[in-house]
Amino acid sequence: MMTLKVNGREHQVDAEPDTPLLYVLRDDLQLNAAKFGCGLGQCGSCTVIVDGKAVLSCVTPMVLLEGKQVTTLEGLGTIAEPAPIQRAFMEEQAAQCGYCIAGMMMRAQALLQRNSKPTDEQIRAELEPQLCRCGTHMRILRAVHRAIRLMDTADAAPANRSAQ
Amino acid sequence: MNDSARFVLEDHPNNKPKGERMTGSARIVASIAAVVLVVGAAAAFAIAWRPALAAIDPPAAQSFDAALVKKGRELAAIGNCNDCHTVRGAKNFAGGLPVPTPFGTIFSSNITPDAETGIGRWSEAAFQRAMRSGVNREGQHLYPTFPYDHFTNVSDEDDRALYAFLMTRQPVRAPARENQLSFPFNQRLAIAGWKLLFLRHDTYQPDPKQSAEWNRGAYLVEGLAHCGACHTPRNALGAERVSAQFAGGDVDNWHAYAINDQSRSPVPWTADALYAYLRDGFHPDHGTARGPMAEVVSNLSSVPSSDVRAIAVYMASVSGAPAPDRKGDEVAKSSAQASQSNPAGAAIYAAACASCHESGRPLPYGGIDLALSTAISSPDPRNLANIVLSGVRPVEGERSPIMPGFAASMNDEQASRLLSYLRARFSKQPAWTGLDKTIADARRTQTVFLQTSPGPRNAPADPTQRDKP
Repeated sequence: MMTLKVNGREHQVDAEPDTPLLYVLRDDLQLNAAKFGCGLGQCGSCTVIVDGKAVLSCVTPMVLLEGKQVTTLEGLGTIAEPAPIQRAFMEEQAAQCGYCIAGMMMRAQALLQRNSKPTDEQIRAELEPQLCRCGTHMRILRAVHRAIRLMDTADAAPANRSAQ
Repeated sequence: MNDSARFVLEDHPNNKPKGERMTGSARIVASIAAVVLVVGAAAAFAIAWRPALAAIDPPAAQSFDAALVKKGRELAAIGNCNDCHTVRGAKNFAGGLPVPTPFGTIFSSNITPDAETGIGRWSEAAFQRAMRSGVNREGQHLYPTFPYDHFTNVSDEDDRALYAFLMTRQPVRAPARENQLSFPFNQRLAIAGWKLLFLRHDTYQPDPKQSAEWNRGAYLVEGLAHCGACHTPRNALGAERVSAQFAGGDVDNWHAYAINDQSRSPVPWTADALYAYLRDGFHPDHGTARGPMAEVVSNLSSVPSSDVRAIAVYMASVSGAPAPDRKGDEVAKSSAQASQSNPAGAAIYAAACASCHESGRPLPYGGIDLALSTAISSPDPRNLANIVLSGVRPVEGERSPIMPGFAASMNDEQASRLLSYLRARFSKQPAWTGLDKTIADARRTQTVFLQTSPGPRNAPADPTQRDKP
């Protein structure tokens, strides 16, 4: 048994040290936002935030997570009260099939948490590991820019705070 | 005498205002000092001064023979020119890549035929002078980050082909970026002194006792391919140490392995293995070429195979006769010991690394047996830190080896424990010291490296994949 901190809550998890974080999130904790894509750390659909950094949960074994804080998309906001990054993606209709979108939002969120005013070039460079096969890249970029503006406004603050 | 010489004399510190008065003996001393300074300045001038060569109108691309341009393209690939003269994501050969040196940062120059910011106004003679003696068309000394200490060996004929290739590229307007060097290294006069000390002007002479293939390899390795620029350690003034040729050097916070008889490769290199590695970017006994070597093998995949073979034959003879095959010997023995002294590192290895590196999947997709890793056996831990943190990026459009980077999921403590464990378990070398600093440096510098260096473009794992999407 080990303790895993996810979205501010501690969970007792019965997992092997080499079990990927993604399996525990989806199978044990029913947090299904992070997706299984390639399983090789190459597509980004499994991205979550660990101690402020975007991490590929399919190649992150449990042994590396002791004492660390995991944040998944569920931890950013709710359907009733979406976080700025979630609102921005909805308002820009950035999802087509949607499989990559959770990962896109998590890596963008990690970027915005450490740099609240990234340039377009920085956003593109940051999101490079995230693949989208539908081709909604331009909408995704617009959504990240919109999230930057939303995070600047007061009404976005509560959801933003919960992500820290 | 010309203008710049007069400038030296007029600017002389002894040209004092006439109102100053001196005693007789002081005047004699001052006169002697003046003569010494003038003679010294004249001598320095004679050594340092190079004339500007006449500017030409950029020649039309059609004026060059197509076969010569093609030959130049292959030579430029062997010379790895694009690696320094192209910034990732920017225009080919337009320069601007920051090259960190112990003396400061030097930016590569624009070698496209742009008339104002590139080499469009350079005659062939000016290009050849730059290659032979490190002087630009205007007569300025060039910093030896441009490896003319090797290019002295390039034949006139090959210089002509390189010129034809570069002058037929797309001109790009990209002004030079200002070098960031401290005094006295920011004085180009200092380069003339450096050349006096370290630049040998003799060109490559074939060794009649060796085969034509060996000699071709030697000509390329010592000349255009400038392998020693990274693989030979440098002295305090940044010149290659002739006595330690190929004993291992530094480049972009990577260690360029020793490739002479001091190589730490667990399996000795042979000409065949080296040929496969340089051609395909991968060999089952040695793993994959990454870091700055990735661009080298990427370039070598596009040149005539006979030249790559020649390089391999020559370098295999430099690194010495291969010892009997020692593949994977007695490694398992130290496994228990390594785990006992570092259980945290052993646990990370088992969970994060072994799932691929001990998977038994066919190479290169399964991960190399780490007992064969030169990175782990090397005296310098930087390459292993770089690979663990940054991973091995896929090559666009081809099947290629991959590895996820662990920079975000491992903290410094975890990475350090893992590296110690790998060293203890998979090498017979003493433990590394200062790993915390190595890892912190790797986190900082690899981010920059990955953003500025050109990515490997076409180093395939399997050459049969080369033409496929």
